[in-house]
Amino acid sequence: MRFVNEFRDPALATGLIREIGVLAARLERGRTNPVAVMEVCGGHTHAIFRYGLEGLLPDIIEFVHGPGCPVCVLPMGRVDDCVAIAERPEVIFATFGDAMRVPGSRKSLLQAKADGADVRMVYSPLDAVELARRNPGREVVFFGLGFETTMPSTALTVLRAAREDISNFSLFCNHITIIPTLRALLEQPDFGIDGFIGPGHVSMVIGTAPYRFIAEEFRRPLVVAGFEPIDLLQSLLMVLRQLAAGEARIENQYARVVPEAGNPAALSAVAQVYETRPTFEWRGLGSIAESGVRLREPYARFDAERRFAVPDVKVADPAACRCGEVLTGAVKPWACPVFGTSCTPEMPLGALMVSSEGACAAYYQYGGMKGAA
Amino acid sequence: MCLGIPGRIVAIADADAMLAIVDVSGVRRSVDVVCVAEPGAPLDTLIGVWVLVHVGFAMSRIDEAEAAATLKVLAEIGEMDAEMDAMRTGSVEPLVRAG
Repeated sequence: MRFVNEFRDPALATGLIREIGVLAARLERGRTNPVAVMEVCGGHTHAIFRYGLEGLLPDIIEFVHGPGCPVCVLPMGRVDDCVAIAERPEVIFATFGDAMRVPGSRKSLLQAKADGADVRMVYSPLDAVELARRNPGREVVFFGLGFETTMPSTALTVLRAAREDISNFSLFCNHITIIPTLRALLEQPDFGIDGFIGPGHVSMVIGTAPYRFIAEEFRRPLVVAGFEPIDLLQSLLMVLRQLAAGEARIENQYARVVPEAGNPAALSAVAQVYETRPTFEWRGLGSIAESGVRLREPYARFDAERRFAVPDVKVADPAACRCGEVLTGAVKPWACPVFGTSCTPEMPLGALMVSSEGACAAYYQYGGMKGAA
Repeated sequence: MCLGIPGRIVAIADADAMLAIVDVSGVRRSVDVVCVAEPGAPLDTLIGVWVLVHVGFAMSRIDEAEAAATLKVLAEIGEMDAEMDAMRTGSVEPLVRAG
């Protein structure tokens, strides 16, 4: 595959790991706590575990897994809303596969499907529009979730539905945005992160300028990274170089996919279709101001929240779970009392165990226990 | 859901609807190309272009020059590495990890 194998070359990895070792040794002098680098994106978390990168790095380097897995931060109440919509007899509820197993307070979408609801797993929101075309007598609802990476796809889908006047299609919009979330994290007292590995595909849409405040206000480096092991190691090296030099800048390691200005067509579709919600609730993190979006008034007829009576009840996370602390990097998954016992990928209690991009599922699958002893 | 996969645009399916056929490792599918189309240019100019496909949308052109530049930086690290190998007697942390 184009520019995939090149970025998995073990010889390149060896060189990078050695360079990282040299810098880590330099950074280690004069500090007792680890050099904590947060990878914001769940895709990066997954890649770090899949390729066992933590095990290749000096002990002083610690990856802290951030909140960038959209499935994982979806609150239980929104899953309940999905189930309530999906259980309506006229509805075909179309969703990405990742969201099927996220537990709600009554059931997941997968359980709703087993109980007779018409829930369909689709690859693309365009497939949901096709379902609407083929089933004119039914209401097709697409479950829109994700950060800026997926937002253009649903925005363009709504624009397409509007253009073709597909009146039996609607979107249950649960999109969230990364910048307010990063700011909320950085504003926490004692936020012990030294630098960031920035989300590659969010940045492909928004560009690199929106991160500037992280360097300017909070004096932390951020390097936008690709998803292959070499990308991640190189990005880590770039973060460490900045730390060693006492710098805080925004850099782009993933320039083959991420233009500095982002994607103008994608941003324009997003701006046309969506507006910021005053506040949005996150699983484990509580409400974050201006972190979610909804459909603008001209597209109200495609808004599932307005078309159906959505219960919109806030539901507390299971008391035993420590999802919120894991999401902010305060504790490792294995510090949670239900990790691997009553919460497993087969029977998840918390959403971090559901998606392969969730930190708990990654630890469970790949046994990352650095520092557990 | 968020990863995306590189593919090559091999045909235009419906120029008015901004849909093209992308080949991803031999699997072909219609994708929306609004985000990678050059404004004003005919859609045919996209044929042969490598793109990152994400949930049915071509979201970015893969910039071959940038990819080559990144690989060049990496290759230089490899060369420097050989030099440093000779200089250094110690090694980085052991690779073995418990758990």
